[in-house]
Amino acid sequence: MRVKKSNSGVLEGDLTPMIDMTFQLIAFFMVLINFEQSEQHEKIQLPDSELAKPAAEKTEYPIILHLTQREEGQPETVILGGEEINIEALGPFLGREKQMYLGQGAKESEITVVIRAHKGARTGKVQNLIAKCQESSLENFKLRAKEDVGNF
Amino acid sequence: MKVRNTGNEEKIELQMTPMIDIVFQLLVFFIMTFKIVSQEGDFDIKMPLAAQGPGSISDETLLPLTLELQADATGKIARIQLNERSFGTFPELHDYVVGYIGTDENRRENTELEIRADYQLRYENVIEALSAVRGRRKDDGTIEDLITKIKFAPPQEEP
Repeated sequence: MRVKKSNSGVLEGDLTPMIDMTFQLIAFFMVLINFEQSEQHEKIQLPDSELAKPAAEKTEYPIILHLTQREEGQPETVILGGEEINIEALGPFLGREKQMYLGQGAKESEITVVIRAHKGARTGKVQNLIAKCQESSLENFKLRAKEDVGNF
Repeated sequence: MKVRNTGNEEKIELQMTPMIDIVFQLLVFFIMTFKIVSQEGDFDIKMPLAAQGPGSISDETLLPLTLELQADATGKIARIQLNERSFGTFPELHDYVVGYIGTDENRRENTELEIRADYQLRYENVIEALSAVRGRRKDDGTIEDLITKIKFAPPQEEP
């Protein structure tokens, strides 16, 4: 009885579909990845709210202020455009942002301040921040919260 | 001249293995840097610098509401009081506001509420209070407004 022994025990699969799927996955993640830091900041944990739904219309002239929580004796600080600033020193920076929008043709009443405050920040500091913005004649505010997806 | 036609056909074989390795590297990179974020929404508040004087247009038949939020030393909520009523939790406050507004469209559109919170109160409690009084999520997922005219009391001194 002649038993034919095959040369190699190696399984040769066709790798082409696997590579195709891998390229698909890469393209998927490339599209989803967002390198833009201005709208979010990893230090800020927003509070939850059931009513927090993304606005239907995009804010035309937003000034996004992140407010951190207190840490190790340091008070809450504001992060604006990547820079960390104390609330008291915020005036000139707000003025700069405002001038930029006014230069684009916006009216003062059209500029909105979006406050992304950490959930552990003190309410008094948020109010101080609002008061500081009011000193620069900014009146429209949006307090940002994260959507509460409920308990599973 | 003998032209050799046979045999030495050079097959160009593409080496797949290194390409797959690099592709997997890229994939792992993108998976590691992928971040799942929750949707964010906003509470709109209008805070004009000019204080509301007696000449402002507000319905005087409607009771102005003041929501007081008291904090303990660590910043957690200690007391929730709406005018003279106390509530133990924010859901209780929410249920009361839902009952207070009911189907009265005048109340819904014109009731004004002022939030007065302790300086050291954790901000998440303010957002919870805003959620409790601002609107109600109906069964179909849409949001019904409750009190929309909300403002903050002037800030206290830092303790």
